[in-house]
Amino acid sequence: MEIWNRHFECMDRDGIRHVQSERLRETVERVYFNVPYYRNRMQEAGLGPESFHSIDDLSKLPFTTKQDLRDNYPFGLFAVPMSEIVRVHASSGTTGKPTVVGYTRSDIATWSEVMARTLTCAGANRNDFIQIAYGYGLFTGGLGLHYGGEKIGASVIPISGGNTSRQIQLMHDFGSTVLACTPSYALYLAEAIAESGIKRDDLKLRVGVFGAEPWTENMRREIEDKLRIKAIDIYGLSEVIGPGVASECLVQEGLHINEDHFYPEIIDPETLQVLPSGSRGELVFTTITKEGLPLIRYRTRDLTRLTYDKCRCGRTLVRMEKCLGRSDDMLIIRGVNLFPSQVESVLLEMSEIKPHYLLIVDRINNLDTLELKVEVDEAFFQDKISQLEELRQKLQNNLENSLGLGIKVTLVEPKVIERSEGKSKRVIDKRKY
Amino acid sequence: MIIHQLSVFLENKSGRLTEVLEVLGEENIRITALSVADTTEFGILRLIVSDPEKAREILKRNNFTVNLTEVISVMAPSEAKHYAKVLRILSDLDISVEYTYAFSEGAKSIIILRCSNTENAIQALKNHEIELLKASDLYKI
Repeated sequence: MEIWNRHFECMDRDGIRHVQSERLRETVERVYFNVPYYRNRMQEAGLGPESFHSIDDLSKLPFTTKQDLRDNYPFGLFAVPMSEIVRVHASSGTTGKPTVVGYTRSDIATWSEVMARTLTCAGANRNDFIQIAYGYGLFTGGLGLHYGGEKIGASVIPISGGNTSRQIQLMHDFGSTVLACTPSYALYLAEAIAESGIKRDDLKLRVGVFGAEPWTENMRREIEDKLRIKAIDIYGLSEVIGPGVASECLVQEGLHINEDHFYPEIIDPETLQVLPSGSRGELVFTTITKEGLPLIRYRTRDLTRLTYDKCRCGRTLVRMEKCLGRSDDMLIIRGVNLFPSQVESVLLEMSEIKPHYLLIVDRINNLDTLELKVEVDEAFFQDKISQLEELRQKLQNNLENSLGLGIKVTLVEPKVIERSEGKSKRVIDKRKY
Repeated sequence: MIIHQLSVFLENKSGRLTEVLEVLGEENIRITALSVADTTEFGILRLIVSDPEKAREILKRNNFTVNLTEVISVMAPSEAKHYAKVLRILSDLDISVEYTYAFSEGAKSIIILRCSNTENAIQALKNHEIELLKASDLYKI
């Protein structure tokens, strides 16, 4: 298996800690002198640049949250003059002001480097055709993959998201070998390919790099079976850099974090204490090389745990477990915690239904209600009311058994549930607080 | 003697049945018989049409969940006793009728039956000299 940057990706623990400590000192200095927000908070805590000697001193610093980014909208946390910024990206901002991120020329180079590692991790190289079906634009997915693809010398097809029939046509005609998109869109494409009449053997697709939303192991198997490819999980968030923060290798045993650029910690989201190695908790990142928008102890809301063993692929970078969900996505239904991905997992175990679903949460007479809309698989539909009722009952039971929650199941016609071309919308919460 | 009936999954939403009939109408599909089984949330529309394969393709293209189901069709005088006799023959042989519907054509009734075992049902009815309709007979009505 190829490794893009053997020096950093296979460095021993002492070596990497040395690099991290050095880079943390530089970062703290940079934010102290260039970002009033960070300087004020450090001064309040009685800290100065001289308080930081090694990476272990990081825990002295306060956390940064998405709200802090919003409060300093748009450019308040940038650490360089705007003349140094060569690119901005922004989140969609569905729940408030968008979060804006800025990159210097050197940040773009870092991003290309970590994306080159990501694609190499997935087994891609200069001989590949990479079809980038992530959206281009303010969303970091499209351009992030694009720069990484060019960096490794692959042939990049910047088709962007949407226009499924064209995706399939170009995948066929150009012979795309690598597909990059969200996992839900990959599943949608798999269905559309099956319906298009194009034979799988006429496609050269070998591997997919999927991210930007949480997805389960069951969903991975489904994508791998239907598309007959290796499905690689990639992780990132625009605040930290975009895609390229971490990636699985072909061993598929956790995602390698590019920890020479993004230092991870796991904290208890309630007490905010750093948890011992191996514990599951909220992932926190400190960027230690970024210039445009350095982030100190940024709370991702993603729940995972870290492993520091050497991977079978040879990389020594710390690995994070596949994220099951963001604590933001977590629903609390009648006091029970529920991640949409748990529902998905139950659906994927039943072949009679399609893995597309919509959860509708409401509150009726002060009681939370949960309705799940799912599509019946055509191959299963056999004209008997009793059979459909049994299916509905079986699904309701399976959900109740694995989630501990009563969910009303409604069977709907195919293609009623919107297929997303970007991040999919799985939940409608109608509750008013 | 086997008739291919179209079965269509429908959500209980106003206008869905109309849409099915409209898309079939645009392609000049004729409907011989129609029945709807429904629950509070969804229904199954059952149709005997002039060209079942073509009708299925049309509905699939329009994103309906559709399947072809094997049913049999019997022609008998309209009096209730004749319908009863048909059902008796089947129940005596432990062939269950999953559902049935009928319509009359002059003094005769045309009965559609979905049985647990189509082949056995056909044989049993033939043995009792019940008049079974072929698909081609039915589509002509």
